[in-house]
Amino acid sequence: MPNLKDLKIRINSVTSTQKITQAMKMVAASKLRRAQEAAEASRPYAERMEKVLTDLGHSMAGNEGASPLLVGTGKQDVHLIIVATSERGLCGGFNSSIVKLAKLKIEKLIADKKKIKILCIGRKGHLQLRRQYNQLIVDVIDLKHVKRLAFSDASPIAGRILKMFEDGEFDVCTLFYARFKSALTQIVTEQKMIPAPIAEANDEAEDDLGGAAYEYEPGEAEILEALLPRNVSVQLFRALLENAASEQGARMTAMESATRNAGEMIDDLTLQYNRSRQASITSDLIEIISGAEAL
Amino acid sequence: MAKTLHFELVSPERLLMECEVTAVVVPGSEGDFMVYPDHAPVITTIRPGVVEVMGASDKDEIVRLFIHGGFAEVGTGHLVILTEEAIPVSELRKADIEQKIIDAREDLEDAKTDEQTRTAQEAISKLTELLKAAA
Repeated sequence: MPNLKDLKIRINSVTSTQKITQAMKMVAASKLRRAQEAAEASRPYAERMEKVLTDLGHSMAGNEGASPLLVGTGKQDVHLIIVATSERGLCGGFNSSIVKLAKLKIEKLIADKKKIKILCIGRKGHLQLRRQYNQLIVDVIDLKHVKRLAFSDASPIAGRILKMFEDGEFDVCTLFYARFKSALTQIVTEQKMIPAPIAEANDEAEDDLGGAAYEYEPGEAEILEALLPRNVSVQLFRALLENAASEQGARMTAMESATRNAGEMIDDLTLQYNRSRQASITSDLIEIISGAEAL
Repeated sequence: MAKTLHFELVSPERLLMECEVTAVVVPGSEGDFMVYPDHAPVITTIRPGVVEVMGASDKDEIVRLFIHGGFAEVGTGHLVILTEEAIPVSELRKADIEQKIIDAREDLEDAKTDEQTRTAQEAISKLTELLKAAA
């Protein structure tokens, strides 16, 4: 049985850990709110873009000279997997679950004899992936210095991806990130970026145009040509924003349960401490009494 | 009251502006055009230039914004501009831009690859537009 002093030390150390997790929870909660606002603010742009793209994509997809960003290169040999994770740990299973899904996909592609290239955004994903797939990782993008994610952070990454695509370094690009649903649930998502997925036009969307046939200036093809690279940046930007919100959500939940666990531990230890204190008092008393009786 | 147009200026980061306006001048890539209510639906690319928003507030003020290219969508009763960056013209500083142009020219001279040349040229043309707007 540990002695009283040891127990006291442990109680103190758990209490200070609890203080830290409590503080981290608060910080994560306030960061989460900001990240959520940013993610929501980016929605109108992405929605508009998607609408125009869906419209154009349908009329252009059948055409011969359509951009490879829309219809693909015609091959499916080399896959670029982008894994977006966080820069910091202590956020529960957030990074692991993204990496897990990505690994599943990678294994499946390897089994299909495809060539794979991995681009990591965020340090944590890289640390987990490099054990197994070090030779497949083409680069790691570190966003550690970024305090508030701006579009100007996402567009150079998108520029790089586009350049790689132009240089024929890959045929299909898939992005892995966690979509933010609520502070408690984040959904790990696999999103195809190149070729651009065009949502099936439903009747509702058709009605939305109000029968107004748009005129395109300079022309449908030119607009699509300018729109597609931008769409890659926007998609990436959105994914990173969602990821940032998810990370904070996951961290908040993780820290909350850590705080709770620490509380339980303190209760247990305090009980144990009091018991051993009583036990030592009792044994002291017995010694004194039996000593007195012996006289 | 005169008929109004629902105008939205959206950047990837946030909705920059949303209001009822009487008319907007848009720097389309095929030339500037003015959008009034009941304009025919059109989707066009935009070159870097100045957007002039008229009748945004109750005053007769014209809000002038410099935008770094993007898209404009005119629909029935609304105009949406998608752009990556917008700066109110009043916040542009002529001296700063001139300095940037000089920097960009130096970049162009130092450029070794086609890629670098292209980015430098793009930067210069963008900055020249900016300077015109600031003047």
